[in-house]
Formats: sequence, C-alpha cells, structure tokens
Amino acid sequence: MNSKPYMNPYLAGFLLGLVLLATIYVTGRGLGASGAFKSAVAETVKVSAPEHYSTSEFYKNYESTSEGGFLKSWLVWEVIGVFFGAFISALLSDRIKLRMERGPGVRKRMRFTAALIGGALFGYGSQLGRGCTSGSALSGMAVMSFGGIITMLAIFGGAYMFAYFFRKLWIKG
Amino acid sequence: MGPLVPEIISNELNLIVAFIVGIGFGYVLEQAGFSSTKKLVGLFYGYDFTVLRVFFTAGVTAMIGVLFLSHFNLLNIDLIYVNPTFLWSALFGGGIMGLGFVIGGFCPGTSVCAAAAGKLDAMVFIIGSVLGVLAFSETYPLVKDLYLAENWGAIRFDKFLGISPELFAVIITVIAVGAFVAVRFVESKVNKVEFKFSFGKAKNKFAFAAIPVLILFITAFTPSSKELIDNEIENNLADGNYIYNKCSSDKLLSELSANHNKINLIDLRSPEEFKKEHIPLAINIPLKDLRNYEWLEYFKQTFKTNVFYSDNVENAKRAYLISNYLGESEKCILTETMEGYKNLIMEGHSPVPPDNVSPHRWREDTNQKLIAKEKFLSKFSTTVKKKVMVAKGGCS
Repeated sequence: MNSKPYMNPYLAGFLLGLVLLATIYVTGRGLGASGAFKSAVAETVKVSAPEHYSTSEFYKNYESTSEGGFLKSWLVWEVIGVFFGAFISALLSDRIKLRMERGPGVRKRMRFTAALIGGALFGYGSQLGRGCTSGSALSGMAVMSFGGIITMLAIFGGAYMFAYFFRKLWIKG
Repeated sequence: MGPLVPEIISNELNLIVAFIVGIGFGYVLEQAGFSSTKKLVGLFYGYDFTVLRVFFTAGVTAMIGVLFLSHFNLLNIDLIYVNPTFLWSALFGGGIMGLGFVIGGFCPGTSVCAAAAGKLDAMVFIIGSVLGVLAFSETYPLVKDLYLAENWGAIRFDKFLGISPELFAVIITVIAVGAFVAVRFVESKVNKVEFKFSFGKAKNKFAFAAIPVLILFITAFTPSSKELIDNEIENNLADGNYIYNKCSSDKLLSELSANHNKINLIDLRSPEEFKKEHIPLAINIPLKDLRNYEWLEYFKQTFKTNVFYSDNVENAKRAYLISNYLGESEKCILTETMEGYKNLIMEGHSPVPPDNVSPHRWREDTNQKLIAKEKFLSKFSTTVKKKVMVAKGGCS
C-alpha cells in the first residue's frame, strides 16, 4: 500500500499558523513540546526520589511555577493531543509502520545511538534555552518575542554550523 | 475579548483545549511530513526545505493574525505570554539544540509525531530528550549563572528595534518570501534539477502572498478600534449636546453618609495629587489608567454607581464617556471639581439652603464624618484591584 503524498508545505504552514493563532486567542499562550518532557521527568523524580526532588533547586523552581503537577500540565495534554493528531494523520495517509529512517550506509545501531545523543542534546538545550522549536522559536515568533526569535536563529544557525561534521549520518559524501 | 482563559474558559477546561489544539498541531505536522527525519534534516543539507516553508508560513500567519485580532480589539496583547529573553541561555541553548537536531534528526515536537507514526528512531530520540532534561536538572547548579544571565524580560523584537509591530511583520514577511524563492533555487542545485521559474505558476503564489500583505495594510492604515473609540469620545466632548448624569457635591455627601457601599467615588487625578487631598472615601484611578484591565470590574459591575471627579470637569466627562465602552455600570459626574468641592466645604458660600441647619455647617460636618469613616474603612482596604492574569506559557 502506497502512502499518500504530503500536504503542500505552504498550506500546511498556513494551517499550522491558524492552529497557533487559535491557541493564542483562546489560551493566551503558544504551543510547545519540551515542557511536557520536563513535566514527565519532574513527576518521575518526585515519585521515585522525593527527597532529592525536594532539595534540588531545579525541581523547586518547577514546583513553584507548575500548578497541580503532571496531569494538570497544559503542555502534557497538548503533547498527548499531538501524538493522537499525528497518529490520525499517519493512519489516514497510510504512513503507519514500525520502521526507521537513516542516511545511506548508516547502520541501525548508529542511527539509534545518534537519535539518543541528539535527543539528549536537544533535551538539555531546550531546558537551557527555555523552550524548543515549538515553544520558543515558533510561538515566540508569533508574538514577536525577542528571546524566541533569538532562540530560533540559534537553533537553525547552530544546526547549519554543525551540519557539515555530521553529513555522513544523512547524505553521501 | 481574547485570550479566553481564564475569564471565559476555566483552567480545567483549558486542559481539554490543550488536547484539542494538540491534535490539530500533531495532525498538521504529520501531514507536512515532519514525521520523516530525512525531510527534516533536508533543511540542513539543502535537498528539502519543507521545514523552512512550513515554519515560516506558520510563523508569519500567526504573527499577522495576532496583530489583526489586537487591532480590532479582539485580543488583549498585554495578556498573552511573550517568551522572556535571557540572551546567553537563548544563544547557548539554541546552539545545543541545533547540534542535537543534526545528530538526532528530530526536535521534541516532531519526534512525538514520528513516534506516533511508528518511527523507532523517534522513540529513541524521545528517550534521549528525557535523559537530556534529567541531565539539565542535575547540572542546574553548574549552569545556573548562564541560565539566568542577561535577563532582558519579556521584550518584543519590534520594541527592541524601535519600530511598529506592523513594520516588523512586513520585514519578516519579506524575509520569508525571499527565503521561499531562494530555497527553491538551492534545492534545484542540490538535487541537480533545472531551476525553472515560470510566471504562470508563480501567479497563484503571488495571489497567496498578497493575502498577508493586504491584512498588514489593513492593520497599518486603518484606525484601530481604540483609535475609533477615542475619536468618538473626543467628538462627543466637543459636541456639547451629550447629556451626562450629574450629581452635586451635596447629593454626594448625603448619599455617601447614608450608604457609601452604593457608590464608587473615583478620583481621576494623579496619585500624587490624590495623596495630597481627596474627597473622603474616594479611590484613585488616574484617567490614563482607566482602561487598564485591573480596574475593569468597576465598570462592569451593575450594583454601584461610579461617580467621577477630577481637577477639571472635562476629564470627568472623558472618563464618563470611556466607561461607556468598558461596561454597563451606572455613573455620573460630580458637578464640582476637587477645587470646587473644597470651596464648598471650607468656605460654604452655597446658594442651596437645607432646612434649619446652615448649609456650611452641614457640609463640614458630613465631610468630617466621611473622613472618619474613611479612616475606619482604610483598615479593611476597600480598593479591589483586579489581578492582571498574564497567560503562562513557554516550553520550560
């Protein structure tokens, strides 16, 4: 079964912009993703190592800004929605399949290792930069946030800067 | 007026909203091809710029939309979340995320989409991200200084440049359109396809691009709702035929001493002037702050009468007209100014003789009683400011 082609990028961008705009209009805040990971980490530490949780400065800050914990976190519910939305979309377009994508000549183990390290760096960077591509860059751009746009430039600038060194993960040559 | 949370939509209901917009977000990301890591990193190797197209179009659409809604007073831009700027952490954090992007091939949002479509590498990426967040939490004391350095607050880019938000949106739109053309050129080079630019096909795209330009023109060159209201207020002021509810100081004195709970006496002068002297039991809302969100309840309520006074009648009238637009509350302007009131109390040359008691004496007594009352009530802090609820947000 062949999967359906992707949506026109400009149309997709326009629709994504409308989703973001509706979010801002209704809730006064933008979209996000990495914040949900943070909530998940914080909740896990809270349950598994409550002593450490209560003494760590990072979690103290988290506790004072988040109300009601994991299941009351806006971003957690949003990301659960993202998962369902993407699943519906992939299902309708016949794209659901357990597999992975990797560059030519890249082994499975290599791809997994790279994904793990890349994820760890992104996770770390998103905490330092107060948000990821969704929460900081995209939503920040929509409200013209200086910090958001600077973060966006740093993400993409950084990626271009390092792209050459990791080209073998993705392309020939 | 937006944002609808927390006034119209409760914080609990907001979680359902989160789930619904999340579905929309995930759906569109997946449809755009963001569940494919090869499509994502194409941006960095020049063979597929889908990410740039989607990202820029979405950003520009939402940005122009926000301007448009606030222009027509449908969205209060002061209440929406603007990501704060911490210069160094933004740059370093962004750089690290960029590195993670080229190595891992996803960002957090897209990894969730890809995992939903069954991508195993995305699932591993998510595990990595969680470990990364954990690593940050453990190393927080080490990077705390960097994390908190150069705090510029929730500054907007247009303010930083000192230009209007409309102009900033125009600049971003131009950059976006320029980038759209440029990346087509790059793509065709990298993929070794001939770069063709036909005007016939471009026509539709120009038509599409004309929409944001048109909306920007509307917001830039038509008066905003606030400007229209201001105009109407000034017209009514100049007209002179507008009928205001008025009440005299004598009426005010007797009403206040009988039942001060039925009256909001609003002093429109500056806080300094108010502090120096004011009519007893008055609260201070400087005219320029009248529209501020924190005072809105005063103009929406319908069980008390707002009485306006200032050092000139004109300003009281202005406040009266402004409050027409803020809510349904009953209101009147005080016939006297602050000066007039003082003269009445101190000098007592009034033409209105109440029965038996000398008018001067009655006023002075009542004024004294009210001062005593104010002193007594000040223990309970009677001014209820509405708490300004700026939306919380961000990813962190």
